[in-house]
Amino acid sequence: MTSTTPSSDAVLDVQNLVKHFPLTTGIVFKRHVGSVQAVDGVSFELRKGETLGVVGESGCGKSTLAKLLMRLEEPTSGRVMYNGENIYDLRGKALREMRRKIQIVFQDPYSSLNPRMTVGDIVGEPYEIHPEAAPKGQRRAKVQELLDIVGLNPEHINRYPHQFSGGQRQRIGIARGLALRPDVIICDEPVSALDVSVQAQVVNLLESLQDEFGLSYIFIAHDLSVVRHISDRVAVMYLGRVAEIGSDAQIYEKPTHPYTQALLSAVPVPDPSVRGQRQQILLSGDVPSPASPPSGCRFRTRCWKATDLCAEQTPELVVRPGSDHESACHYADVREDVVVHH
Amino acid sequence: MATTEPSAAPRPPDAGAAPLLEVDDLHVEFRTRDGVAKAVNGVSYTLSEGETLAVLGESGSGKSVTAQAIMGILDTPPGYVTGGAVRFRGQDLLQLPEEERRAYRGRSVAMIFQDALSSLNPVFPVGWQIAEMFRVHEGLSKKDARARTVDLMDQVRIPAARERVNDYPHQFSGGMRQRIMIAMSIALDPDVLIADEPTTALDVTVQAQIMNLLADLQRERNMGMILITHDLGVVADVADTIEVMYSGRIMEQASVHDIYGAPAHPYTEGLLRSIPRVDLKGQELSAIKGLPPNLSRIPEGCEFRPRCPYAQQICHDTRPPLLEIAPGRFSACHFAQEVLEGDFDNAEQ
Repeated sequence: MTSTTPSSDAVLDVQNLVKHFPLTTGIVFKRHVGSVQAVDGVSFELRKGETLGVVGESGCGKSTLAKLLMRLEEPTSGRVMYNGENIYDLRGKALREMRRKIQIVFQDPYSSLNPRMTVGDIVGEPYEIHPEAAPKGQRRAKVQELLDIVGLNPEHINRYPHQFSGGQRQRIGIARGLALRPDVIICDEPVSALDVSVQAQVVNLLESLQDEFGLSYIFIAHDLSVVRHISDRVAVMYLGRVAEIGSDAQIYEKPTHPYTQALLSAVPVPDPSVRGQRQQILLSGDVPSPASPPSGCRFRTRCWKATDLCAEQTPELVVRPGSDHESACHYADVREDVVVHH
Repeated sequence: MATTEPSAAPRPPDAGAAPLLEVDDLHVEFRTRDGVAKAVNGVSYTLSEGETLAVLGESGSGKSVTAQAIMGILDTPPGYVTGGAVRFRGQDLLQLPEEERRAYRGRSVAMIFQDALSSLNPVFPVGWQIAEMFRVHEGLSKKDARARTVDLMDQVRIPAARERVNDYPHQFSGGMRQRIMIAMSIALDPDVLIADEPTTALDVTVQAQIMNLLADLQRERNMGMILITHDLGVVADVADTIEVMYSGRIMEQASVHDIYGAPAHPYTEGLLRSIPRVDLKGQELSAIKGLPPNLSRIPEGCEFRPRCPYAQQICHDTRPPLLEIAPGRFSACHFAQEVLEGDFDNAEQ
């Protein structure tokens, strides 16, 4: 697969990343019987100060991707270049430094905060692990500053997570992610557990923090309208691979991959006046198991355009004729009728 | 508050015209150690045959508790219906003894839950669980019940129903499990189907399949459907009428086109504005400030007042009743006309 030359402002350069989880049988004599191909050849770059949205349905590998980027999982193959170095080669001090600079905000603000720790301890915990980031005497003040930054009352530093609402807890998670002044924050479904009116508050907070601290985000979500709002570029994933990647306008207004088109057409539009006017593509069947993905194009089993070629040849993620962004479809074709502009 | 009707003569004089389902001034509270949480405070709505009524609200707004009270599956204790009536074709279900009420459940009013995996029993095949509806309610033999089950699984478009009838819930995908739940709910051909966040746990392409299936089934059977959701997109797609709930009360009630066209309550307006819009990309989303109230300490006056951008002294002093502000439109706001006509926006500019 081709690896693009990283532009000078790339913070993360992901090159052909692969993660296969082995499937074994037997208890004493373990035998490999296959593998779950969670992430299978993903390449993209994240530029400084930008937000890259990653969308896709359950099982498409977006959360495995997040873990790989955090180096919480070791890849089967492939590289992630950060500051000119492959993060999977880092050891000792350099690895600790990398861990400071790439942080994560989790989906569920209920299970990602320890109920027995106070907010001060939760937000200050990164300083225990990286004591060089803040001298002991200043930690409390730093934590209070962080709480203030994310819009919480600094006086609530001694409270426990259960005393906060879902939106406030997500702010605590964001404060913890900011503690070590990272370059990159991976947001894994940060607003999907929140109510609509609170979602907007957290999205606004993430955007203003990005401007203030020059952060780069990888924003993983399944809510396509939120992703469109916050992202500069969007990658659409299907069964461990990137189906299409481009700017938000390219993906949402001129999608070329049939999967992107189906996905966009399935999103309900909050406007009853367009009811029945939009073209809805109903996909048949379910996503195949990543343990035995189809040959060639992984979407072909549900695709209305599929031919023999799709079964034989894996479509590369390249810029297709007639379009201006990369798409992994042999028959990539701009289609505008699936999106309703409101 | 509704007066108690003797169950012997439940039908009012115009029984023929009695609505399919009528919720009348329903009150539900939860008595907990920390005090009484008033989850539903005077909710009324009417559902007709073939109508889709969407109950829109955030967590804690009382939308699911209302549904549980209609079905009679409220956890008691701690939950208690403290007032009101739920009339099915004129018959107040709340006045019936449990034995009689069971006859209505599933046959007259059925319900689909959000989380299909935890609603299905993991140790029985799905076919057995669906067939239970026929065995228990209709007294069919195992063989007949099984045949009806395969038929039903076909109707909810589960591929290879005959082969899959003996599979267990974990062998199905999320979307297929929700189809099984739907099959169970329509087994006895109910008149009213309550769908409580039926697609919240599903992916967007699967959500589209399920909503299409529900719409088709509803049309074929002319069911009344109550769709409980927080998804403004789904509501716009399928609803005829919308009830916007907040803090256990209905804030606004109108047809879907009226509400999306011009909301008449600041809360509805705030919800609609907080949806990301293409033409406003790059700008801040307009969020509703603050948090929903604690149900054991609902503020005086208007429940939405602490978060309302237009709140005045009167909102603190008097709780606005749900009043008709235009034909077929109801709003519980002192300034409904002003919100509807956008006067506040003009004043700000």
